[in-house]
Amino acid sequence: MNTKIGVYICHCGGNISDYVDVEKVKQAVEHEEGVMVAKTTIFACGDANQQEMVDDIQKNKLDSVVVASCSPKLHLATFQAVAERAGLNKYNYVHANIREQVSWAHSDNKPGATDKAIKIVRSAIARVRVAEPLESFSINAKKAVAVIGGGIAGMKAAIELSSMGCPVTLIEREHFVGGHTAQWDFLFTSNETGKELVTRLYNEVAARENIKLYTGAEIMSQTGSIGDFRLKIKITPRYIKEKCHKGNLQKAIEACPVDVPDEFNFGITQRKAIFHNFPSEYPQIPVIDIKNCTRCGKCEAICESIDFSQKEETLEIHVGSVLVAVGFDPYTPAEGEFGYGQLENVITLPQFKRIIDLNDRSLVYKGKKIRDIAYVYCVGSRQPEGDNKYCSRYCCTSVIHAAIQVKKKFSHINNYHFTRGIRTYGKQELLYNDSLKAGDIYLQSYEDDPPVVFSENGKTKVKINDILTGKKEMSVEADLVVLVTGMVPRENKALNTLLKIPRGRDNFYNEIHMKLRPVETVIDGITICGACQGPKNITESANSALSAATKSYSYISRGELSLEPVIAKIDEEKCTWCGLCAEVCPYNAIQKGKSGTKEIAVINDPVCKGCGMCLPVCPYDAIELNSYTNREIENMIDALAG
Amino acid sequence: MPGISIKSARILVFSTEKISDPAIDMAGLLKLHYPPTVYTITVPCSSSIKPKWILRAYEKGFDGVFIAADGSDCPYGETCTEKTGKLVQRTHEIMKEKNIEPARLKMAAICSVCSESFVKQMKNFNEYLLKNIS
Repeated sequence: MNTKIGVYICHCGGNISDYVDVEKVKQAVEHEEGVMVAKTTIFACGDANQQEMVDDIQKNKLDSVVVASCSPKLHLATFQAVAERAGLNKYNYVHANIREQVSWAHSDNKPGATDKAIKIVRSAIARVRVAEPLESFSINAKKAVAVIGGGIAGMKAAIELSSMGCPVTLIEREHFVGGHTAQWDFLFTSNETGKELVTRLYNEVAARENIKLYTGAEIMSQTGSIGDFRLKIKITPRYIKEKCHKGNLQKAIEACPVDVPDEFNFGITQRKAIFHNFPSEYPQIPVIDIKNCTRCGKCEAICESIDFSQKEETLEIHVGSVLVAVGFDPYTPAEGEFGYGQLENVITLPQFKRIIDLNDRSLVYKGKKIRDIAYVYCVGSRQPEGDNKYCSRYCCTSVIHAAIQVKKKFSHINNYHFTRGIRTYGKQELLYNDSLKAGDIYLQSYEDDPPVVFSENGKTKVKINDILTGKKEMSVEADLVVLVTGMVPRENKALNTLLKIPRGRDNFYNEIHMKLRPVETVIDGITICGACQGPKNITESANSALSAATKSYSYISRGELSLEPVIAKIDEEKCTWCGLCAEVCPYNAIQKGKSGTKEIAVINDPVCKGCGMCLPVCPYDAIELNSYTNREIENMIDALAG
Repeated sequence: MPGISIKSARILVFSTEKISDPAIDMAGLLKLHYPPTVYTITVPCSSSIKPKWILRAYEKGFDGVFIAADGSDCPYGETCTEKTGKLVQRTHEIMKEKNIEPARLKMAAICSVCSESFVKQMKNFNEYLLKNIS
């Protein structure tokens, strides 16, 4: 029984104390049996406050600690480490979640939230009073990582993991690597093209023996947990032999009678059913789009490399961690949104970037020469209603960069920017300055009075009440209207169902904590990076990829994982060996054994995973689970009911 | 202040560390409100809950007990659903013997992203308990 308990109640800035009266909570629990120290703290996780706890524990010879703060998913390990630094066993620490499950959940009811917080802290005290010290033990961790997504973030992460000596399986759903970056021409700030960047990364991936790349590959199933994930991967064939005759293959592509919208150019051009997106694209073998192929046989007649006998393959891999970098999709405007889909010269920013790349001497779209271009900002971002309330962050910089590029590449271009305020943060501000110097015109409105795109006498016009000139109505006749579209999460229903990574209000994957644990998810062993966790530019994606690679590797680098000793234990006096517990154990961790001459159940400690399935089936209540003992649970129930 | 004067049933939730806890946390993050008299006790797996813990909750004054079950997502294996179902069935039988309305024990699968579903379950269960039990 612990009798010298320290209790710390965190304000979490105002995240908790704005809704929970933390002083009242402290006063309500400071005289609970065994409580020796009770304090409130602005940020319990702050270094100085952690040190204060260590000092309190040592000075007062505390035998156990409770911190009431955020979710244990965020800071359980932090405060267990505080307990250990002060010389306590970390299992003599109990965490009370009064942020996610109290202050935030009940921000509509402050007195109710305070009452709930009091009960939760009391129940944590009641639990820690009977908590027992335990020792951790280890399991093997497979030293390999699966990286899902072969875009910039995925390839960068794979290379980093490979450099650390970690075998990597890189899984890309499409038949070509590079994601959206492959579609961009010159990039800010390096002036390298997207294709060059992808090529550089692909060459590095290909040169690494410990990276196995699968394209056209999708995860079909996932089992296991951290240190021991098993993934089943479906690999769709390219229907073209690896060593192919390039000349004949090119003739076969030309002979293909199928024309479908080319996704690489965002539908502004057509492609064949046999295709590659650009010369030298990686992997360098084209692919047959089997969904659109009519099997007319024309390509087979020309090129011996076509091979329709190739079959879908299934592969099972065993890894210790999974890194998810599945990227984003550009927002597609709704029919009629700023004239999209109704006026033929209204396009999106990604389409515009492809047009700049595809045109050579003069800028022409749908047979018409382009001189005046209007850019409508924040389309699909910062929307007052719907899912896309967030700022996509990259688009201001991207469109200004494109506007500068288009002026550099083609003559007589006039750029008109219809903005809602420019967000070219950091070094990107230099680009904005360049654009102003080049004579681009900037107009601005608020969200409640957006610009209007309309057609008048066969001309497309954009009208705005410009707040920079006292809401004066301005209109521009535009040859081309570019909708500056933001990022949305990539469609990944199957993967979302399999991995169950929580998603936030914006529908992007959620990290545990934006600042403190920015690439970890609540699913142990699964990390996220790049634009799948929120809008990012290429630099930011690469940074987060390095972070996720390091985190994933840190789980498994030692080849073993330290696991919590939360395992079943048998009360030898009560047990009569009926065998029911052994029947329900999914790991065969329980066998018949002997205590003297008496037959009893015996737990094989390293095999027991601590699921507790054996607990409720015992007719004599002879099994308990460490950290979830009858005394602990019943004490908590009593305190919560009190 | 909204919500204060509304009486709420006292509900004890047995939630699982890896699956339903993240959903309940995310409900808070998303400011999806539910009655503040809903309290959570975390267990590793929903099939590890002892019927005597559930019965103790009623004995101590809880109006309802909700098992936020792992369902098919259980990291400990696919037999979890069946085993949790059995322990609920067994507890229902004991409840009948003790003249405790079996509807006061409810179970539903709550996956790691099922925040809205959790909140809906809590609101509905609260309404049911207020109408029929409290």
